[in-house]
Amino acid sequence: MFPSLRTAAAAALWFMFLALPLLAVRVDTLHGVVEWRWQSLGWVGAGAFAASLLWQGSRAWRRRRPADRPVPPGPLAGAAGRLLEDPRWYRPALSVLLAAAVAFPWLVDTYQASIMGLALIFVVLGLGLNITVGLAGLLDLGYIAFFAVGAYSYALLNTVCGLGFWTCLPIGGLAGALCGLLLGFPILRLRGDYLAIVTLGFGSIAKIVLENWDALSGGARGIAGIARPGLFGLEMGMAGITIYLYYLVLALVAVAAFVSRRLQASRIGRAWVALREDEIACAAMGVDVARTKLSAYAFGAFWAGSVGVIFAARNTYINPNSFTFTESALVLAIVVLGGMGSLVGVVLAALVLVLLPEYLRAAAEYRMLVFGAVMVLMMILRPQGLIKVRRRRYLPRPAAGA
Amino acid sequence: MDALLEISELTMDFGGLRAVDRVSLQVCAGEIVALIGPNGAGKTTLFNCVTGVYRPTAGAIRLRLPGRAGQRIDGLAPHRVTALGLARTFQNIRLFAGMSALENVMLGRHCRTATGMLGAVLQDPAARREEQETVAGSHALLEQVGLAHLGDELAGSLPYGAQRRLEIARALATAPHLLLLDEPAAGMNPQETRELDELIVRIRDRFGVAVLLIEHDMQLVMNISERICVMEYGKLIASGTPAAVRGNPRVIEAYLGEAADA
Repeated sequence: MFPSLRTAAAAALWFMFLALPLLAVRVDTLHGVVEWRWQSLGWVGAGAFAASLLWQGSRAWRRRRPADRPVPPGPLAGAAGRLLEDPRWYRPALSVLLAAAVAFPWLVDTYQASIMGLALIFVVLGLGLNITVGLAGLLDLGYIAFFAVGAYSYALLNTVCGLGFWTCLPIGGLAGALCGLLLGFPILRLRGDYLAIVTLGFGSIAKIVLENWDALSGGARGIAGIARPGLFGLEMGMAGITIYLYYLVLALVAVAAFVSRRLQASRIGRAWVALREDEIACAAMGVDVARTKLSAYAFGAFWAGSVGVIFAARNTYINPNSFTFTESALVLAIVVLGGMGSLVGVVLAALVLVLLPEYLRAAAEYRMLVFGAVMVLMMILRPQGLIKVRRRRYLPRPAAGA
Repeated sequence: MDALLEISELTMDFGGLRAVDRVSLQVCAGEIVALIGPNGAGKTTLFNCVTGVYRPTAGAIRLRLPGRAGQRIDGLAPHRVTALGLARTFQNIRLFAGMSALENVMLGRHCRTATGMLGAVLQDPAARREEQETVAGSHALLEQVGLAHLGDELAGSLPYGAQRRLEIARALATAPHLLLLDEPAAGMNPQETRELDELIVRIRDRFGVAVLLIEHDMQLVMNISERICVMEYGKLIASGTPAAVRGNPRVIEAYLGEAADA
């Protein structure tokens, strides 16, 4: 018992030391005094002490259980597995989920519907990047650039050419895909660190161009007065517009998830995954590596472009600050946290990562601290992501005589 | 008999190092040819030139498919070479470890199937039929190599010998005319090796493919090959029937060193 107490005490002291400048010292510049808040430091210590004891307790408990419980072959054990794999389970579950998502904006206030709409935008972004990074294994640190391409194409086509939302939705998507191809070509031969550097550069270049090309993009001022999408000329109030946009994004989520799932289970999806696993073997098995890479980039970027159009329509005002590296990193975090390649995981992770900071606004200045702690905990507890990808089973077996 | 694969005067330089030096060899349809030689003789480099991984410095590689005019394949991209009917396995196993065994074989069907993005998303009858054929055909290939019961296992978690056989099944899925096996018996125990030589002969008989294999296990080589080519320091030093090569003094010297005259 004593060693664990000692470890807990050490952890508590260490956390108090770490939190000292942030929580205990407060410089009151108005009165020129330094305020010491020992009480909050005490809370940190107590919290760390308790958390450490709990952590050690759970580890000891886990160790006492029989180590490797045999996993029954065939269908996944447990309700979670059945929910994800068996059509008899996931179809009803999906319908319930969809019904809940459809009913959601009517059950909550406009603010909730609005941030849920934002979260769904990131779900689409996550689904798009999931193809490039999660399936094809092509790291992209500048993904948000394609989102910007979609948003700016609508903003410009709408404010300058007067084109409507529905015309621009596919145009934005295709513009995103085209930029995906443009980015894809020069980096076909790169991998690993180099790929990361070039895509990071691409993202930064996109933002810098938007900030400085005053004539086209309005520079840092951005573009204002973008039209909201209409619905048969219906007049809608603020609440109505919010709900309408929520449904638009929800529909795009559904389409993106459906298409991703179909592609994932096709020869194209298999080629993407094979590319991630071993590029040389992939080429040797007759897969056109260049084409497969480009299709992964273009297809991933397509969704970012499409949802970018909705983003511009939703905000009616865009400027380059919505498309920084932070957003790229957030989308990447969604894909990694969701479990590289898992659709359900990406959806969950997007909701968690976008909604958590929103709901943590109650904790005001500590929200990013809590957010970071959650991320660290996730990486410790589930390094493979929220949902581990299971390879598709091709059951029932074809006839034995095949 | 007409040669299926004809390598003439093939040379491959890496900077100042001549890894393959004016090597000429032929493989006829349905033939099993072994390529042997000490480590570093340039055997795998030759394979890499044939399969399009390297562009040879000089020389020509021609593929003459039955009923078609011969064509040069040196310098073609690897996936084009595979589409023409050459498939290979790797010395250090290169399976898609995170995919199931069945999916590995299904990937081999990639170049023989045509479903595009639209078909994959809409799942039209043609796409669905093609996918079913892919599954059935891949499963049949797994049966051929004795892995049908492991189809849903991750390729990376299969035992070593099974991984080697899975690589062969994956290569066969591309419907090749010529199968290039790079040390298929490496790391196998004697029992597995014996099964492997039966498998190779069975594959040749059943699918009518020619086999060119690099191998160090002499028993396997002598058992199954109709011709043996020997390389040393990038040069082809001997070729002929197993019996002829076995007695060739230059081959014995290459393997055992100068003491061959003793």
